[in-house]
Amino acid sequence: MSLQRIALSTTLALCAAGTQAQTPDLQARAWAASCAACHGTQGQSQGGIPSIAGVDKTTLLDKLKAYRDGKLPATVMHQHAKGYTDAELDRLATHFAAQKR
Amino acid sequence: MNHIPRRRLLLSAAAATAASLAGCAVHTASTPKARVVVIGGGFGGATAAKYIRLWAPEIEVVLVEREAAFVSCPLSNLVLGGSETIENLTTGYDTLARKHGVRVVRDEAIAIDAQKKEVRLARGDTLRYDRLIVSPGIDFRYQDVPGLESPQAQARVLHAWKAGPQTVALRRQLEALPDGGVYALHIPKVPYRCPPGPYERAAQVAAYFKQHKPRAKVLVLDANPDIVSKKGLFLKAWNELYPGLVEYKPNSNIVRVDAANNTLELEFETVRAGVLNVVPPQQAGQIAHSAGLVNANGRWVTVNFQSFEATAAAGIHVLGDATLSAPGMPKSGFMANNHGKVAADAVIALIQGRPVNPEPIIANTCYSFVSATDVVHVASVHKWNATQKTLVPVEGAGGLSPAANALEGQYAKAWARNIWADALL
Repeated sequence: MSLQRIALSTTLALCAAGTQAQTPDLQARAWAASCAACHGTQGQSQGGIPSIAGVDKTTLLDKLKAYRDGKLPATVMHQHAKGYTDAELDRLATHFAAQKR
Repeated sequence: MNHIPRRRLLLSAAAATAASLAGCAVHTASTPKARVVVIGGGFGGATAAKYIRLWAPEIEVVLVEREAAFVSCPLSNLVLGGSETIENLTTGYDTLARKHGVRVVRDEAIAIDAQKKEVRLARGDTLRYDRLIVSPGIDFRYQDVPGLESPQAQARVLHAWKAGPQTVALRRQLEALPDGGVYALHIPKVPYRCPPGPYERAAQVAAYFKQHKPRAKVLVLDANPDIVSKKGLFLKAWNELYPGLVEYKPNSNIVRVDAANNTLELEFETVRAGVLNVVPPQQAGQIAHSAGLVNANGRWVTVNFQSFEATAAAGIHVLGDATLSAPGMPKSGFMANNHGKVAADAVIALIQGRPVNPEPIIANTCYSFVSATDVVHVASVHKWNATQKTLVPVEGAGGLSPAANALEGQYAKAWARNIWADALL
C-alpha cells in the first residue's frame, strides 16, 4: 500500500468516524424534540418538570415503560408513553441519555 | 513520487486528511450559506428558527416579526382572572438573536414571490430565501359577524383572542363591570384557536366574579352544539367552584352585534351584557392568503405533515394555527411548537440533500386553569399514518385529567416556562 493510499484510507476512516460521532439517530432527535415543550430544549428543563438530559438510558427507559404500564403514578406521562412502541421508547431514551446535562 | 521527501509526503497527506475532514461537512467555506426566512415569531415560527440554528448552524435564518415581543396566549386567561400579569407572559426576541444567531427583522411580510424565492417587507426590503417558513397565526373573519366590521365596533367588543393589549383591555372592562352585571362570551364554530380556551376563560372570569362581584354572571354563548373540549371537567369545575355563576347556552348563532349598545342578537334571543366578548371565526393569517397558500375552505393552508410544505407552493412550509389541522389535532401553541420542529428538521434535510423523516411523531398537552391554581389537561400523541398520509392520534394513548388538581397547576406553569424557553430562549 503506497503512502498515498494509506493517507486516503485514513481520511475515509476519520470521515466515517466523524460522521458516526456527529450524526447519531436523527429520527430519534426529531421525535425527542416534542418532549422539549415540557422537559426543556434537549431535555434541559427550566425547572418544575424534571430535566431528562444525560439521564442514564436504562433508568429513563424503565421509567417510560413503568409509566406506560401503569406501574408508576403520573398526571400525564402514562398517557404519552402509551403513544410509543418499545423500539421508539428505546431510541428516545438513548437520545436523552446522550444529551449534555 | 519517489523523489519527494518522505516527510513532505506525510505532511501533504495530513493536509489532504484535513481537507477531506472539512469535506465531511455539507457546506464548505466556498459555497454560499443557505438561507431560511421565517415569517412570524409565534410558537411555530420562533421554534422553527431556533431549531434550524440549533441543528444546522451553517444555515442562515432570518425571522420576520412585526411585534416587538412575544406575548403568550397560554396563561393569558389568568390575566382576566387576576392571578397573572401580561408582563409575565411576555418574552423578547433578543435571545434568539444573541444566543442562537437568528437575524430578527422587525417588519411585516406583505408579499411572497415563490418563483424568485423572495419575501417583500412592508418597509420595502426584499429577502431572498432558499426555503421559506410561514407561521402567520390567525386573522379574524369580521365579515362573518355583522355589526363588528368597523374598527370602532371592534374596539368596543373585544376578542382578546390574541394575547396582548386586548387581554389587558378586557380585564379593565371586567373591573369596571358593576356587581350584578353580565359578562357574555361568544364562541365561534370549530375550528378555532385553542379549543378549550373559551371554557377556561369562563372559569377565570367566574373566579374573579366569585371573589369580587358575587352577584355578577358569566354567560357562555357557544355557536357549537356542545362544549368542544374537556366537557365533563369544565362542567364539574363551573358547577363545583362557581355554582350559579356560569350559564352555558349551546347553538348560539350570532345574527348581528350592536356594539354601541353591547347587545348580541342571536337566532332565538337577544342578549345585552355589561361586557360583551366576541371571539370571531378565524382563518389563516393574511400573508397566507395574499401568497396564494390558502386552499381549504378559503380559510386554511393544506400541508404535507411530514415536512409542513404547503400543497399549494413548493419550497414554502406553513405552521401552526394557519394549517388545515390533521384529524384530532388541536390548534394549540404546543402543536405549533411541534410543527416548528418537524418543519425545521425537514427544511434542514432538504437543504442538505437528505431524505425527510418519513414518520414524524408529535405529542400535545393542553392545560386549562379552572381557578388560579387548579388545572385540567387533555393530551394526545400523533403519529404519521402511511395509509391515511397524515398525522393521526395514536389509539390508546392520550387522555384527560381525572379531575382538576393543583399538582397539574404547578406543571402547567412549568410547562409554560419551558415552552417559552424552547421557542425563544
